Amino acid sequence: MKWRNLLGWEVTLIVLVFAALFSGALLSPAFLTASNLTFLTANFSEVALIALSMTLIIIVAEIDLSVASTLGLSSAVLGALFAAGWPIPLAIVAALAVGALAGLFNGLLITRLGLPSLAVTIGTLALYRGLAYVVLGDKAIADFPAFYTNLGFGTLPGTPIPIPIALFFVLAVITVVVLHATAFGRSLYAIGANPVAARFAGLRVERVKLSLFVLSGLMSALAGVVYTFRFASARADNAVGLELGVIAAVLLGGVSIFGGKGSVVGAVAAVFLIGIINGALTLVDVSNEVLTVVTGLLLIGSVLVPNLLGHFRTYRERRRAKGDRVIQ
Amino acid sequence: MKKRTVLLSALTLTAGLASAALVQNTYKKGLKIAMLPKIINIPYFTTTDNGGLEAIKELGGIGKAVGPSDGGASSQVSYINTLIAQRQDAIVLAANDANALVPSLKRAMAQGIKVVTFDSDVAVEGRQIFINQAKSDGIAKGQIELLSKLMGGKGEFAILSATPNATNQNTWIKIMQDELKKPAYKDMKLVKIAYGNDDDQKSFTEMQGLLQAYPNLKGVISPTTVGVAAAARYLSTSPKKGQVMLTGLGTPNQMRSFIKDGTVTAFQLWNPGDLGYLAAYAAAALASNQVTGKEGDTFTAGKLGKYTVGKNGEVVLGPPTTFDKANIDKFNF
Repeated sequence: MKWRNLLGWEVTLIVLVFAALFSGALLSPAFLTASNLTFLTANFSEVALIALSMTLIIIVAEIDLSVASTLGLSSAVLGALFAAGWPIPLAIVAALAVGALAGLFNGLLITRLGLPSLAVTIGTLALYRGLAYVVLGDKAIADFPAFYTNLGFGTLPGTPIPIPIALFFVLAVITVVVLHATAFGRSLYAIGANPVAARFAGLRVERVKLSLFVLSGLMSALAGVVYTFRFASARADNAVGLELGVIAAVLLGGVSIFGGKGSVVGAVAAVFLIGIINGALTLVDVSNEVLTVVTGLLLIGSVLVPNLLGHFRTYRERRRAKGDRVIQ
Repeated sequence: MKKRTVLLSALTLTAGLASAALVQNTYKKGLKIAMLPKIINIPYFTTTDNGGLEAIKELGGIGKAVGPSDGGASSQVSYINTLIAQRQDAIVLAANDANALVPSLKRAMAQGIKVVTFDSDVAVEGRQIFINQAKSDGIAKGQIELLSKLMGGKGEFAILSATPNATNQNTWIKIMQDELKKPAYKDMKLVKIAYGNDDDQKSFTEMQGLLQAYPNLKGVISPTTVGVAAAARYLSTSPKKGQVMLTGLGTPNQMRSFIKDGTVTAFQLWNPGDLGYLAAYAAAALASNQVTGKEGDTFTAGKLGKYTVGKNGEVVLGPPTTFDKANIDKFNF
């Protein structure tokens, strides 16, 4: 039953994605052009990347609010090392390592000291952003070689698919397989639903959580590399506030904030839905304020609609139960 | 004979000038021009946008103003991409980052869209013309000179800037620091550069912090319209009112009450309405193929008259104005 409900929400989201595409095409003839769709999807590639690891973290009933700051930190590290004369591939590896370390630090505080992830990552949200400024100051490093910036805002040869989104799809498929087809993935649901029971069942809860936070740091750093090349600019203030967009998308995707429920497919569909709606409305000159309101309403709707449906179902079942009794 | 030659050459000259003027005033009708400020819905950029829209209307074009509600470069990039998709004839923008916007602006130019920057420039390869509100030099030196006058030439002072990445702010601060090395300013000491992020509350709190951290503070320069107004609001209720000299770049409408109640003696600014107006005319001149943005190109910008494109595609609006009790009521923006 639970599984079917979930699938229902995902199907709804996918239908909404197509409805949004269709409405976008009706609103503006420029919407369905390859170049517009390229911009539009490239625009949310960082949110999409981080949403993958955020989905896993929220499924185990934790949260990581430091993702955008980790992105900024890794972008600053990449920029600073490049400016210092490091070869770019090496600077990328270092930026990813810094992200993984940031995630490890979060994870250790949460799993070894037993601190709540909400509190820890609010702290490191500020800490990592501060470190980003320590690393790069107010400088913007921009003179990356064209090869790398082309990776950031280029498309796969012969297609309108932005390279960052292609990367995202590969990682999304891996995440789907890991989450839904491996013992490790299934254990996440058990941990999220009831960590105590999971521990008694022999799952190494703390170790699993630790690995998820490292993964989250790594994905944020990867998003930082993508962001840096996509905007051809490494800055300490890159992607301020992005974490809320990521969490909004994951929750809209049907992942329960209380853990134990949700899927990658839902989260991915939600990222696309929000991105497409934003892109289409911007194209017809709807103001930024209205866009923010729309995103907010979508999010509230995503909590409200399944809840109302649930109430409606219980109501109908009760009526049916009563009816059965009458027949008896 | 001689007289006739003079007369003839005068006639030819007049004819030449007239035809030149005629050529220069042939702006295309129906141009689609978009104003893209750093942040939409803040008074300064509303005024620049309105100036631009007025110019586009005069030219019989289709104008609009769109933009992000935060100061991030990435949100501006998505607007540029949208304007490309909408096939605008020209984009007139104030850049949030000198480099991050360049790739998408290059794409815009590759599709025949003309790009004019104003207020804050991008790297030269990202636009055809930059409308400079005033020479950075003139602004920075003017601000130091004004503060020195207000402070009596000596004492500690601070700068309350916008964001740490703002291109124009950082240029001004750099020039100010060089200027302070002059003997005339040897008794003035810059103790702190604070950042209010062009956010009202943050600037307000930073001003509060400056007054607390530096009890001997004699002056504050806030070269940002958001910062100076927020700082004045804090100062007006503080016991330091009248002791700490606040100046900066502000709009008359924001600063009027603080000038009248004595919180602020004088401040400076260019006319942002004229800035947007000139930028839109430059965009229309580009889109009408009157100018290409190379040095020496000239165009006529309606009520503002004739302008010449300088080095690196730069056009200077003019020197900044100082506003004080005597003249502030003559301005409404």
